[in-house]
Amino acid sequence: MAEVSLTTEVLQYVTNGVAKGSTYALMAVGYTLVYGVLQLINFAHAEVYMLGSYFAWYQAKWAGYLPDSKGARAETVPLYMVALFVAGAMAACALAGMLIERLAYRPLRNAGRLAPLITAIGVSLLLQYGGQVVFGTEPKLFPTFAETVVYDAGGVKIPNTNIYIVVTSLVLMLGLTFFVNKTRPGAAMRACSHDMRTARLMGVNVNATISLTFAIGSALAAVAGVLVAMDQPAITPLMGVRIGLKAFVAAVVGGIGSIPGAALGGLLLGVSESVVSGLWKPVYSEAVAFVFLIVVLLVKPSGILGKSVREKV
Amino acid sequence: MTKLLETKLLTIRFGGLCAVDCCDLCIDQGDLYGLIGPNGAGKTTVFNMLTGVYLPSDGTVHFDGKLVNGRNPVKVARLGMSRTFQNIRLFDELSVLENAMTGAHQHSRINLLDSLLRTKRHYREEDRQRDKAYRLLEFMGLEDRAGLPAKALPYGHRRRLEIARALATDPKLLCLDEPAAGMNTGEKAELAALIRRIRDELKVTVLLIEHDMKLVMGICEKIQVLEYGKTIAKGTPVEIQSDPRVIEAYLGGG
Amino acid sequence: MPRTLALLLAGVVACYGLNWFLSEFIEVVYVDYVNLIGLAIILAVGLNVVNGLTGQFSIGHAGFMAVGAFVGAMASILFTYGEIAAGPLAFAGLGSFLFCLLLSGLAAGALGVLVGAPALRLRGDYLAIATLGFGEITRILLTAQDSLGGPTGLKRIPKMPLLPGTETWDGGTSVFWIYLFVFLVVGLAVRLQRSTFGRAMIAIRENELAAETMGVPSARLKVVAFVFGAFFAGIAGALYAHYQHSVRPDDFTSVRSIEVIVMLVLGGLGSVTGAIAGAVVVTLLPQLLRPLEEAMGIDGLSMVVYALLLIVMMVFRPQGIFGQRELSLKLLRGLIPGRRGGKTP
Repeated sequence: MAEVSLTTEVLQYVTNGVAKGSTYALMAVGYTLVYGVLQLINFAHAEVYMLGSYFAWYQAKWAGYLPDSKGARAETVPLYMVALFVAGAMAACALAGMLIERLAYRPLRNAGRLAPLITAIGVSLLLQYGGQVVFGTEPKLFPTFAETVVYDAGGVKIPNTNIYIVVTSLVLMLGLTFFVNKTRPGAAMRACSHDMRTARLMGVNVNATISLTFAIGSALAAVAGVLVAMDQPAITPLMGVRIGLKAFVAAVVGGIGSIPGAALGGLLLGVSESVVSGLWKPVYSEAVAFVFLIVVLLVKPSGILGKSVREKV
Repeated sequence: MTKLLETKLLTIRFGGLCAVDCCDLCIDQGDLYGLIGPNGAGKTTVFNMLTGVYLPSDGTVHFDGKLVNGRNPVKVARLGMSRTFQNIRLFDELSVLENAMTGAHQHSRINLLDSLLRTKRHYREEDRQRDKAYRLLEFMGLEDRAGLPAKALPYGHRRRLEIARALATDPKLLCLDEPAAGMNTGEKAELAALIRRIRDELKVTVLLIEHDMKLVMGICEKIQVLEYGKTIAKGTPVEIQSDPRVIEAYLGGG
Repeated sequence: MPRTLALLLAGVVACYGLNWFLSEFIEVVYVDYVNLIGLAIILAVGLNVVNGLTGQFSIGHAGFMAVGAFVGAMASILFTYGEIAAGPLAFAGLGSFLFCLLLSGLAAGALGVLVGAPALRLRGDYLAIATLGFGEITRILLTAQDSLGGPTGLKRIPKMPLLPGTETWDGGTSVFWIYLFVFLVVGLAVRLQRSTFGRAMIAIRENELAAETMGVPSARLKVVAFVFGAFFAGIAGALYAHYQHSVRPDDFTSVRSIEVIVMLVLGGLGSVTGAIAGAVVVTLLPQLLRPLEEAMGIDGLSMVVYALLLIVMMVFRPQGIFGQRELSLKLLRGLIPGRRGGKTP
């Protein structure tokens, strides 16, 4: 291998980090939306992400795109089929997210903050263990969705999967921002997150809006699930635990309740993890998220782009 | 008469808004001092600055000869200033007695080990706090409710418990933030009598924020009127009642 | 004071008796459950002082446990063998064991000061998230320490010391040591709760601003609460290490912290008896469901049912088993139909 300059090396880590950070951001949005409306840390979000990749995997299996028993890979999946699988996973996860809210969180809407938090943990455990029973504990190989092509930009290697990840995330985030800021259901979401009781008095259908919030967050998690599975082609029922925690941290770092904050937090985390892992020690990259978290919380508890709230005395 | 509390040019700005502008207060030992003004005049904000909840943007607060502003609420309380809240803030899950006992916590001389090892000092301290709290509950007419959880009290009693708790800190100055809000005429009369007794029998100086003009005029000897953060009048009840600017503020503004 | 000494003595005798009884009459598998429950109680009752009493939501308890486990284990290994090396397990000496436990508690307590400090700035969920971060950082830093075995951790941690008369017991003395600290933590937690400091902590939980304006030093008491919880978590960690004879950093992930929270909320946050009940239920439930799993022949079913039960319990009793009350005779009497309230005219 040729001598690589430090700048190129760092740039390489940064570009890898942007791809990783995009998936964090997609996940972080789900946490941020739900927290904004219900002040609930939706622990089950990480498992919805896991479900997303399994839903896509099963579709690929039924369509006959899985590797055969000898481990040889089947032909690459054409792009329109990929889109179909992603759409299917999004729909299924949206439904799952709504169902979780309806069954586990809504009965506790007026029971304080702790009980829903524990049910969220319960749902998360249920899906982890249930996933192990239904899908099996052994990792499943994900089909190759596209021929891997690595572009070379002045020594920095950029695989096409990374480009797909970044572009898809960017489009979805922009779409979501537009939806929340410019449409009526989006306005209802903002109203609910500002003050649910007043929103209800003003004629906003609060239950429907909360369902919608869960649906959107879960659909985005599904996309993240498929994108990550594509990139590192093995999926397990516990795949959500780690990334879920980090995506949540990203949401807090960026400023919980803020969509641009989630994007910023996700990117920041992804890039710094990748750089630390490359230049230092992979073990330490695991700690980066949390160091970030504590520094940000101590300096500006509401997060980089979050608004601080003052208690009325 | 000695000065107990003196503020000079006390000012606080929230963003562009000047909530309290150059407020000068001067309260002597043994005063029953009324701070009145229309809604949003900045009365509670003055309290918050006095008790260390808000940091003033400008000006000074001297209490009992010491510079107070910039100290946190805990230190201010230790100096002998205690308060109640407009939106009652009790410790709902503690009993009525325990609420009042909490006020006496700051004067306890024992350390954690005394309590964990249950030394004699621990039991003595518990007795001291219980006696003190019980006497104050009696004073406020709440002794029958001592064992109830605070959240089970009716509204008027909650206000009284807050006063009892504040008195348990052994204050030199008691700041009452609209203690009569939401009470009927009979309850207000009882409360007025109680406030006077707090000053006369317990020898605690009282600073009172109140909406109810009748109550303030009835018990306070000195009154200061705030409007939009500025002092517009100062004086005895008679002087205040005939001050054209006060009449303007209360009637003119609608 | 004399009463305290008498109580302590009675506790020691009771724990010795319990240990003897279990080692004589109960199968080792079940003794294992008893020990796991004991460790869970130490963790839960300690954390209850932070979360339940003072109302500072902390989900980094596993971090304190990890520090205690590694400090205690390392010290114990060095005291007993003089170096890290392979070989058969030995018993720790009584003195060195107690010293190691104390060291674990102090190390974790020191970390508690460090974690409690941000609690002075942060509130509610933000504090919770910060403590979660602290817990994870602790674990990751331990993973990165090659001198502490890196990700594989420490092995060959000595057995808990024998006591006079226990030389022939099969089950060892783990029950004695673990329940001695269960006894200590419960006793101290109850005494703390029923003192001026406990009331002040509850005042902070109920209304921090009002507490401060009454002169309650909230900053100091919050740190005290964190140190109390951390100290006993550290000891629980050291006991766990000596009990398992090996520790890995991954024994102390955020999953374990969350498990302790679940115990507290399930039992009823703020109640010592609730914390104990929660610790028992959360530790035992998956084990009790094992037979069901075997009968149905589905691997992992017990955990699925456990998770389901957790959700169902929270949905139907969000205040926890005991709410904030303590289990007492009065409460039991109130539960008997026809005698509600228990008041006689």
